[in-house]
Amino acid sequence: MSNRTVIPFGPQHPVLPEPIHLKLVVEDEIVKEAVPALGYVHRGLEMLATKRDYHQMINVCERVCGICSMIHAVCYSQSIEELMKIEVPERAQFLRVIWSELHRMHSHLLWLGLFADAFGFEALFMQFWKVRERIMDINEATAGNRVIVSVNVIGGVRADLSQEQLRWILDELEIVEKEVKAMENTILNDYTVKSRTVGAGVMTYDQAYELGAVGPTGRGSGLKSDARMLGYGAYKHLDFEPVVHPDGDSYARSWVRFHEVYRSIDLVRQAAAALPEGDLAAKVKGNPEGEVVMRVEQPRGECLYYVKGNGSKFLDRVRIRTPTFANIPPLLTMVPECELADVPVIVLSIDPCISCTER
Amino acid sequence: MIPNEHPVTAESLVSEVMRKKNEGYRFVTMSSVGLEDGTTDILYHFDKDLELAHLRFNLPTGEKAPSVSGVYFAALLAENELRDLAGLEFEGLVLDYNGTLYLDPSVETVPLVNNVKIVDKKA
Repeated sequence: MSNRTVIPFGPQHPVLPEPIHLKLVVEDEIVKEAVPALGYVHRGLEMLATKRDYHQMINVCERVCGICSMIHAVCYSQSIEELMKIEVPERAQFLRVIWSELHRMHSHLLWLGLFADAFGFEALFMQFWKVRERIMDINEATAGNRVIVSVNVIGGVRADLSQEQLRWILDELEIVEKEVKAMENTILNDYTVKSRTVGAGVMTYDQAYELGAVGPTGRGSGLKSDARMLGYGAYKHLDFEPVVHPDGDSYARSWVRFHEVYRSIDLVRQAAAALPEGDLAAKVKGNPEGEVVMRVEQPRGECLYYVKGNGSKFLDRVRIRTPTFANIPPLLTMVPECELADVPVIVLSIDPCISCTER
Repeated sequence: MIPNEHPVTAESLVSEVMRKKNEGYRFVTMSSVGLEDGTTDILYHFDKDLELAHLRFNLPTGEKAPSVSGVYFAALLAENELRDLAGLEFEGLVLDYNGTLYLDPSVETVPLVNNVKIVDKKA
């Protein structure tokens, strides 16, 4: 006779940097069902759209998530620029790509470290975070901040990169590439790593599409979907092909994120080589009016902004659909029939960001 | 008005969402925006081959919207979120958090409609 027990997972758990709670229904160490509970870090940031003017909202959007702050600001700025028909200078668009890809790299390196820590590989965790420091140093040296770089303004960017800085960034990325390459064999081929990740939390291609999985979570199930393929900003000038793995397990999702670090380095190199001369920002006059839906690709996947302006400096509505919000229903299909001990690794394999999710 | 947007009614909403699913669209999310006349527009966003499509449903004040979580399971979080933040109610939600997805049960008013007032626990 089966013996079902409900085990609470989170909101405080060693593998969770942020609080999410799962009620796990288990039967002899096998998870049969998972029900999520949120609400531990809800801040009501969307509500601030009616209290802060549309320029100040950039700072609010950057704080939806620290790790994705640059790309949140890009998505919001593009929404307002679309509403106000502002033509962003080409140089600003390329600079946005450079800082966005630096953010993607440090997010993925952070996650790869946390993932290694989740299955008990602390030396690998420290190695990934050591490499990540180089990216943080680049952010600090070029924008003044390590995480929330705050370089976006409506109409462009507020900071520039000199030729000397670009050369230094490219030199640093060469070192980052070598150091990441040195860990490739361990994170992708080590027996102990594979024994914890291969076959854990499988989601098929059909399930991923049906449940709306985005980012590396979807691409780890073979979905060739990446908002950068839309060619927003300067991406339309760059060669880009999304990283996809067909297996759909935790290993496949980590494989995608690992290879996306290389892809981001390549995009920064392309953007630096093609960086045109010109202004940093267009002049902004008037207030936004109308509705727009904008999408960008964050480290965790597609992010969507719906913005409605009413012709005043305050917006009627800013609605933000973050990638982790989209990846929670897929998570609920990965966990059933897995062993209880694999739950932390599977939960971490979607790279959950609860600050993003709850806003 | 957003490009590739189509209006739907309470009667046609679920069948139109079903049509999107049959046409191979991925459910992206839902948005809501309060209008000056007190009604609320609910937007349903879908994606297929990187092209967005939207359905717009105007929900009269005090009425419930049909849930589409039976068609797209992923809609359950978006519907519960709109219930918490915008005070919208959905008929037939597959997993109903009853207004507590984000909010504490003690919260009495709806954030996107009125200022939040926390009831004094001692009261």
